[in-house]
Amino acid sequence: MIEIKGLHKSYQMGSNSLHVLKGIDFSVKEGELVSIMGSSGSGKSTLLNILGMLDEADEGIYNLDNVPIKNLNEKIAAQYRNKFLGFIFQSFNLINYKNALDNVSMPLYYQGMKRAERTDRAMHYLEKVGLAQWATHLPSELSGGQKQRVAIARALASDPKVLLADEPTGALDTKTSYEVMDLIQGINDEGKTILIVTHEPDIAEMTKRIVNLKDGRIIDDTAVNQVKAINHV
Amino acid sequence: MFDVERWQEIFETLWKNKLQTFLTMVSVFSGVLILIILIGFSNGIQNGVKSQFEQDATNRISVRTGVTTKEYKGLNSGRYIQMHNADFENINNKYEDQIEYKTGVYNIWGGQVIYKKESGNYRIEGVHPEQQLIENASMVEGRFINEDDIGESRKIAIIGNQIKQDLFKNESPVGKMIKVFDINFKVVGVYSDPGGEREETRVFIPLPTAQQVFNGSDRIRSMAYTIKMSDNFDEAVGMSMALAQSFEDDIKTKYSIAPDDRSAVRVNNTLEEARKIYSLIDTIAAVFWFIGIGTIIAGVVGVGNIMLIVVKERTKEIGIRKALGALPSSIIGMILQEAIFITAIAGFAGLFLGVIALNIASPLIDSDFIKFPRVNFATSITIVLIIVVSGALAGYFPARRAANIRPIEALRDE
Repeated sequence: MIEIKGLHKSYQMGSNSLHVLKGIDFSVKEGELVSIMGSSGSGKSTLLNILGMLDEADEGIYNLDNVPIKNLNEKIAAQYRNKFLGFIFQSFNLINYKNALDNVSMPLYYQGMKRAERTDRAMHYLEKVGLAQWATHLPSELSGGQKQRVAIARALASDPKVLLADEPTGALDTKTSYEVMDLIQGINDEGKTILIVTHEPDIAEMTKRIVNLKDGRIIDDTAVNQVKAINHV
Repeated sequence: MFDVERWQEIFETLWKNKLQTFLTMVSVFSGVLILIILIGFSNGIQNGVKSQFEQDATNRISVRTGVTTKEYKGLNSGRYIQMHNADFENINNKYEDQIEYKTGVYNIWGGQVIYKKESGNYRIEGVHPEQQLIENASMVEGRFINEDDIGESRKIAIIGNQIKQDLFKNESPVGKMIKVFDINFKVVGVYSDPGGEREETRVFIPLPTAQQVFNGSDRIRSMAYTIKMSDNFDEAVGMSMALAQSFEDDIKTKYSIAPDDRSAVRVNNTLEEARKIYSLIDTIAAVFWFIGIGTIIAGVVGVGNIMLIVVKERTKEIGIRKALGALPSSIIGMILQEAIFITAIAGFAGLFLGVIALNIASPLIDSDFIKFPRVNFATSITIVLIIVVSGALAGYFPARRAANIRPIEALRDE
């Protein structure tokens, strides 16, 4: 699903160049649930941004579902993001003046889908995350866990190839974190490929594979025995 | 543009930013309102001044004489310069090609006019038939002086509408006899003059008649002309000024008057006056437009500024939208449409209210110099275009900035 070879990325910090990714080789097969771990400054967020086409690598190959991702202009990047990827953020990033349903249907709006169909589909995903009865509530009326569920529903709405989650439980307490992880595991069990960036070992243990980043290099990449989150809720 | 979804998005965001939307709309609204009212009044002033000039033909040149104030060629100052029929005829012949209408005038300032038991003091003017055209007078009843009246020195009179009301009340004066200085005149016509009451308290009689009965011999007090108009206003003014100068020079030469004596011969050129006033009106109109457009620009800059703030405030939201797959063009379209929508709505409201205000104010304004302050259709269309274009301009730069927002930076957690 994802293939990366020799990925380099550096940032210009004044006169100094900061080499963040120093040759990443990495691939993810369909249906995997991978966590990317590392201390801050290890390059894990940069990697996720490149995977999410929010940023571009200086060097290296990136294929997503056998489509080479390179020389993206704004327009194509936007279309690819909409078609291939679903984002889940630490701070949820819901649009605060739109209700849960409208937030979920936003990616579908940018696909040009008609309103009735959009609402229908968004409702389906809200049900899936267990928030159907909260459809007309604004994000400010929802708890942190509920907000993240709405965000997950939104990420799923366009039926992307890959879900990219950047510290999805970073702003949540332990119990809520496990509930969200249970949801993510459920989605993965249905076959969706999911990448999670986290620095919490217990969250990483709930994935199927842990990739450890340090100073821009992968130092460890091991499959783990998945801990089911449901057992800890 | 006609995408319902897009409009829903716009209304949602505008509603969310109520205060900003409102302030922006107020600035555009007041800009347009001020522009409309200024233009309305500048049109009103134009109408007012035009109606002032309607009193007499605008291409009129009149020649009067007075007392010399300078010694010249051994002649004393303080001489009264008296013009004669010959002077009038000389000018008529010499400048025949350029002259449209002409009249010599011999007048008595206050003459007692009696009809039966009613009487009043009016100005009596001996004139030629073309006086009617020079004065822009129109006949209410009967006729004006004709060539036969002049040739036969008939004792007939044409009275102003006001005199008719003073002396004849509801009677028709035509065919009645009036007495002027105890001499009988037959009234043959009543005229009205756009100059109003003051211009309608005159009695016109044939010039030769006036000269005979009032001991005028061949003397005339003044002469009035209109010149043939060229289509080009500036050319006409030039011609008229040159002609006025020629008249003045001729008379000064004939009566040995110092060339710089301003009092002995006074030539009044209405067209030159008109040009001064029209250029003043043009200046006023230009200043009004300038102020109005300036106010609109201030409003539009305000819109642009507020849109920039909106974009800044919505950086994160725009970043989210882009991460979810919004195309740059859809972001630009969204901001642009918002800006145009706000300016258009506020602008139209200003236009509408301005026009209503002018319509209400128009009948209440009682001034000779401001008449019918209105804004015509073509001007309104121009203003509408200005509003829409400026809305687009106001939105463009913030929209560009919004489209350039990088989602990675917008979504970075603080």
